Amino acid sequence: MTTIPFKLPLNIKLYRPVSPTGVWGWLTTVDHKKIGVLYGVTAFIMFLTGGIEAMLIRTQLIAPELKIIAPEVYNQLFTMHATTMIFLAIMPLSAAFFNFIIPLQIGARDVAFPRLNAFSYWAFLAGALIMKSSWFLGGSPNAGWFGYAPITTATFNPGNGIDFWIIGLQVLGVASLAASFNFIVTIINLRAPGMTMMRLPLFTWMTFITAILLILAFPVITVALIELMLDRTFDFNFFNTKAGANPILWQHLFWIFGHPEVYILILPAMGIVSEVLPTFSRKPIFGYPAMVLAASFIAFMGWLVWSHHMFTTGLGPIANSVFTLTTMLIAIPTGVKMFNWLGTMWGGDIDFKTPTLFAVGFMSMFLIGGISGVMHSFSASDYQQQDTYFIVAHIHYVLFGGSIFGIFAGIYYWFPKITGRMYDEKLGKLNFWIMFIGQNLTFFPMHWVGMQGMPRRIFTYDSGMGWAFWNGFETIAAYAIAFGVLIFVINMIKSWTGGKKAGDDPWDGRTLEWSIPSPPPVYNFRDIPIVKSLDDFWHTKQKSSNSNTKVKSKTKVSDIHLPQPSYWPLLVAVGLTIAGFGIIYNLVFTGIGIGIMLITVCAWSFEPVNEPDSH
Amino acid sequence: MSDETTTGLSHRKLLIWVFLGSDCMFFASLIGTYLIYKGSGVLHPGPADVFDIPTTSVSTFVLLMSSMSMVFAYAYLVRDDIKAFRIWMFSTIIMGSTFLGFQVFEFSEFYFHDDLSPQTNLFGTTFYALTGTHGLHVTIGVIWLGIIFYSSLFRNTVTSKTNLDLDLAALYWHFVDIVWIVIFAVVYLFGTFTGFPSS
Repeated sequence: MTTIPFKLPLNIKLYRPVSPTGVWGWLTTVDHKKIGVLYGVTAFIMFLTGGIEAMLIRTQLIAPELKIIAPEVYNQLFTMHATTMIFLAIMPLSAAFFNFIIPLQIGARDVAFPRLNAFSYWAFLAGALIMKSSWFLGGSPNAGWFGYAPITTATFNPGNGIDFWIIGLQVLGVASLAASFNFIVTIINLRAPGMTMMRLPLFTWMTFITAILLILAFPVITVALIELMLDRTFDFNFFNTKAGANPILWQHLFWIFGHPEVYILILPAMGIVSEVLPTFSRKPIFGYPAMVLAASFIAFMGWLVWSHHMFTTGLGPIANSVFTLTTMLIAIPTGVKMFNWLGTMWGGDIDFKTPTLFAVGFMSMFLIGGISGVMHSFSASDYQQQDTYFIVAHIHYVLFGGSIFGIFAGIYYWFPKITGRMYDEKLGKLNFWIMFIGQNLTFFPMHWVGMQGMPRRIFTYDSGMGWAFWNGFETIAAYAIAFGVLIFVINMIKSWTGGKKAGDDPWDGRTLEWSIPSPPPVYNFRDIPIVKSLDDFWHTKQKSSNSNTKVKSKTKVSDIHLPQPSYWPLLVAVGLTIAGFGIIYNLVFTGIGIGIMLITVCAWSFEPVNEPDSH
Repeated sequence: MSDETTTGLSHRKLLIWVFLGSDCMFFASLIGTYLIYKGSGVLHPGPADVFDIPTTSVSTFVLLMSSMSMVFAYAYLVRDDIKAFRIWMFSTIIMGSTFLGFQVFEFSEFYFHDDLSPQTNLFGTTFYALTGTHGLHVTIGVIWLGIIFYSSLFRNTVTSKTNLDLDLAALYWHFVDIVWIVIFAVVYLFGTFTGFPSS
């Protein structure tokens, strides 16, 4: 393994690795495609663990008055299920696509800060490990994914569970922030010549908006978490009601973060669907500028609706009315998107491949979730629905039927590009139909039991309440979803290892990622493309379809300078992990961890940016 | 980092702006918490019992002046006047450290003399968390400037060609300074303000 030496202050000599292979290659990689795959695989494993938690929850609820799972463990299960699915599955699965696809869609060779990108992944892994390790270290967090203080303060919630939650989320926050800084700069600053903002593919646009939401929303939850951490670890008074603290403060801070967060979860899926539908309808996206504006408006309005999560806290009629109105307003830009997707498909030559099925599934499920959302945006009716299974039904329609279906559409759509192989279409369709039917049979009856008053987050229910049939039904249907996911896993493993070769452009795609080989070479684009319009690649193909004029590349591969691998992103994340565990167990380790971070960040910043002979 | 970029701006310059935007929300949340809890604590001491406006005014002035000397340092670096750059850089670091010294003095005065700890009451909790976070930002800034100053003195790597390195640190420094002006007004001045004299 060759290395490049460099010097730190005080004459410390260090080395930067050059193209290591095997495990070292993965540990030191700064290639956005490898990082994307790491993100995707890790997040999918987390998705499976979150799914196991969900299955345990459903098994406990299969019949009334069961005692398969103790109430304490049940609380931990629903908390970890939601936390896992939101922060360890949907967000990083979206991040996997950001990593793999964005540089390809904008015609770049990598992201703006490749090492920071690697750090984002390692910090995400650290946060996931901290969060999940709580199962083996004396109990998981048990206060719901929103962790309302003061119920999470040391007085009411002793033990380490909440600490794991606080530290895990903060580390994940660092990972998400670093990734978002990177993607904002990448999308603004690394576009190919001619790729103006209004020629960006919609997935890139949605990523851009998501990243902006994220960098503004995560600091708020970080502050809330720091306040809670100071309360729990150092006896501060932020949520100590005896000292006069406001029990609603946490809810405000949490939901000011939490509502933009739900758009962080859904916008990437909307972006994926906006790529899949035009490709498989053989038509350009309908109303491109309207799509961009609608998403921007959704993102903006996302900041003005947080109190609709708090209608029952007694904010008063004026606040409730205002937040009712702002919340209902969001239905308008969302409707614009929905009609534009329909308009894209209208009159198109629709090819119902698996990605199309998932995209259409996304639209229909998200529509149902959106409509039930409008129902409880109205504060008077929300009083009936708050904390019932009606809300559980709503969020699973938008997050499972919405985000996850969108992400699955994306996985099937880009699988040939990422792996170079084609997935099994039959298994893909089977996977879709089982998941689609399973999702409706699981979550639709929750509307009914919710309306009958079944509260969420209870570990069992009385047999006299009349909820037994639908709960048993939901559980069986949930097993069907699990079976659908199993088929997906089989399809992925089978196709990745032995699928038939996909070719560069199996879908007759519209965007730049289809113009390069599958899987893409390390340098992505041999020649940086020049973009003349929206869907430029599509138009180029139309023009040259008969003449088959393949332009000969002028760039020599050996002339392309790529960022070198680096140890430091991984080592900084190791320091972060040690510091995090230190806050839970012993502050000495926090000191050690911060020390490691200082040294490694310093080494990172002095590392030469490229080969020494390049300048 | 001399590769071409779409906007012509360097990646790092964009990064620092995006980071500062994010940091705005961080401080906004802390200041928000402070304001929500202002006057709702049940125990003394409160802001009016502990603040010494003249002392803090001096440290505020010092921090403001450090921003000015930062501007000079950058201006001289761009002109490749390394000697003047070092002088102004050094003075920026000294003033930043002076501000931190004032803060340490202020905290110990509150803690030992006025019996105000973060655990005492809501004011203590929110005050120390907010100003402590700001102090941490200043500390990071001083270390950052210190590394650049060290590099200039002993490695000669700071020249007009690498002025971006200083530019980023300077943007961060000015931002931290602006945040302090908000904190000084909202926490210190509003905290001791007793109302306009009735005429």
